[in-house]
Amino acid sequence: MDFDLTEEQESFRRTVREFAEEVVRPRAVEFDRTGEFPLDIVRRMGELGLFGIPFPEEWDGQGADLTTLCLAIEELGRVDSSVAITLEAGVGLGAMPIFLFGTQEQKRRWLPPLCRGEALGAFGLTEPGGGSDAGATRTTARLEGGEWVIDGSKAFITNSGTAITSLVIVTAVTGERPDGRKEISAIVVPAGTPGLTVGPSYRKLGWHASDTHELTFSNCRVPEDHLLGERGKGFSQFLRILDGGRVAIAALAVGLTQGCLDESVSYARERTAFGRPIGAFQALQFKLADMRVAVETARLATYRAAWLRDRGRPFTAEALIAKLHASEVAVAAAREAVQVHGGSGYIDDVPVARFYRDAKILEIGEGTSEIQRLLIARDLGLPDARS
Amino acid sequence: MKIVVLVKAVPNPTGTPEIGEGFRLKREGVELALDPGDEYGVELGLQLAEQTGGEVTYVSMGPAGATAAVRRALSMGGDRAVLVTDPALAGADALATARVLAAAVGRQPFDLVIAGAESTDGYTGTLPMAVAELLGVASASFARRVELRDGAIRLERQTADGYDVVECPLPAVLTVTAGVASPRYPTLKGIMQAKQKPFEQLTVADLGLSAEEVAATQTVERVDAAPERGRGELVQDAGDGAARIAEFLAEAKVI
Repeated sequence: MDFDLTEEQESFRRTVREFAEEVVRPRAVEFDRTGEFPLDIVRRMGELGLFGIPFPEEWDGQGADLTTLCLAIEELGRVDSSVAITLEAGVGLGAMPIFLFGTQEQKRRWLPPLCRGEALGAFGLTEPGGGSDAGATRTTARLEGGEWVIDGSKAFITNSGTAITSLVIVTAVTGERPDGRKEISAIVVPAGTPGLTVGPSYRKLGWHASDTHELTFSNCRVPEDHLLGERGKGFSQFLRILDGGRVAIAALAVGLTQGCLDESVSYARERTAFGRPIGAFQALQFKLADMRVAVETARLATYRAAWLRDRGRPFTAEALIAKLHASEVAVAAAREAVQVHGGSGYIDDVPVARFYRDAKILEIGEGTSEIQRLLIARDLGLPDARS
Repeated sequence: MKIVVLVKAVPNPTGTPEIGEGFRLKREGVELALDPGDEYGVELGLQLAEQTGGEVTYVSMGPAGATAAVRRALSMGGDRAVLVTDPALAGADALATARVLAAAVGRQPFDLVIAGAESTDGYTGTLPMAVAELLGVASASFARRVELRDGAIRLERQTADGYDVVECPLPAVLTVTAGVASPRYPTLKGIMQAKQKPFEQLTVADLGLSAEEVAATQTVERVDAAPERGRGELVQDAGDGAARIAEFLAEAKVI
C-alpha cells in the first residue's frame, strides 16, 4: 500500500497552490461580487496546462491522469470554487467526451484548443424539465438532408456562454429503441451555430464567477458528422462521463473543506475572547477536530476513486461514495467555519461566507446526494423500485 | 547565447529560518526551496534564451538536499544544472562561495551569467560581483530591464532616484531586481521534463580547488534580533490632515 504522491505530483500540487494563492486569491472577492467570468485567469490556467492534464500529448494534453487533475482542482477549490469548477467542467464535461467518444477527425478538430485552455467546451444534459431523470430528455435531433436538426432546451450548463466557449455537447432524442425507450445520442454543436440561443447568466446562490446559462435550440442545424460516438449511445456515454466527473467534484469539495479548516484554524488562533484566543476553548477545538476528520476522510475516498480509475479498474461505486461523502462534509464544514468566525463569518467578503454559499451546489451538481445514495444502494444488489 | 543562472536553495524563504551551530543557518534537515529572488533571474535567462535560441545552465552550491530547489528552476525551463555539494563547504562565506561558483561557471564558455541582486537568506549582495571579478569579466548590477544589443547588453540599472541606462559588453555577470521579469509557473510538463534533464553534482576536488581555497575567512560572532519597528505616527485629521501628511513627506524628503 502506498499513499504517497509521486515527486512530480507533489511539485505540481505546490505550483498550483502558489498559483491559487498568488493569482486567484487576490481576485476572488471581486469575481464573487461582480459575477464576471475570470477570462484572464482561465487563460493563465491554460498556459499552466491545467485544461490538458488527463489527455495525451498528441492532443496538446499533459499526459497525466485523473489523480493529477484532482490535485489541481483541490488546490484551486481551497481558494475559489468558481475557478475550480470552470476547470472541472472544462476538462470533465467539455473535453473528456470528445476524447473518449470522438473519432480521430473530431479529436483533431476540437480537442487541442480545449486541452490548451484556449477554448472551453460545455456539456448539455440537464433540461428545464428534469435533471436526474436523464431518460426523460425532451430535446430532439432529427436527420434532415445530411444535417442534425436540434430542438429543445438545456438548463444550468456550465461554461456555455464564455468568450472562449467553442462548443456544446448536447444529448438529444434521436429516435426510439426496439424496446420502445428513447434513443439518446450526443451531438456537438459549435458555439455560434444559428438556432442556438444562449440565455442570460443565472443569478446563483454561489459559484458567482462560474459561467452558467440556459440554452435553447430552435431548428439548430449541424452537419451529420457532428454526432459524437455511436448513435444511440448517449445514455451510456454520459454515465461514463459522470463517473469521472463525480471524482473531480469530490476533489473540489475536499479543497473547499480544506479552505474552511485553514481559515478557521487561523481565525481561532488570532481572535480572542475572555482573554484567550478562541482556539483555546474546547467548543472550538472540537469543531476544528471534526473538520479535520472530515477533510482527511473525504480526501482518502476521493483519491482512492481517482487511483482506481487511473489503473483502469472499476471505480463507479467509489466515485459515488467519494462524491456523496466529500460534498456533504463540505457543506457541514462551511456551516461550522462560519460559526467559528461568528459575526465576521457572515460578512460577504470573508472567504468562509463565500465558501458557505459555494458549498451547497456540491450536493446537487453532477448527481444529487439522493441520486448518489440510490445508486450506492443499487450497487449493494438491492431491488430496483422501478421493476 | 550561452546563459548561466546562479540559483540557491534557501531554508524556509517565507518564514524565519533557524540558526544552528556557529550562528550558521540550518540547512540540513529543513525544507529548502529555490530562493524566490532567483526566480526573476531564471525568468530573464529563459526569455533571453528563447529570443536567441540559446541555452540555460543553472549553477548552484549547497547541501545535497538542494537538488529539489534547483530542479524547480529546471521545471520552469532551461537545459541542465550543476550543483556543487561538499561537506567541506559547510559554513562557506561569500568569498569562498564565489570561488566555487566561478570555478563551476568557468568550466564551459558562457556569454552571460545572471544572479539575483542578493539572496533571501544571507543578504550579503556581494557574491555576484566577486564571481565576475574571479572570472575576469564585466559586471552590472540591479538590472530592472535588459535588452540584447549585438555582443552587448543594455540595461536599466535601478538606483535610489530612478534608473541609469548602462551598456555592458559580453561576457558579463548581471544581477537583477524583482522588476526585471515576471517569473512563470512551472507547467506539469515542465515538472515531468525536469527529471530527465542533465543534473551534475560536483565536489570541491572536481573543480580543482583545494580545501584552503574554499575555507571561510569570516566568522559570525553574534546574532541579534532585528529591532522591532515602531508603531508609526497616527495623524488625527482635524481638517489639517492633508497638510500634515505633506509636511511629513517633505521632512522625509519624499516630496
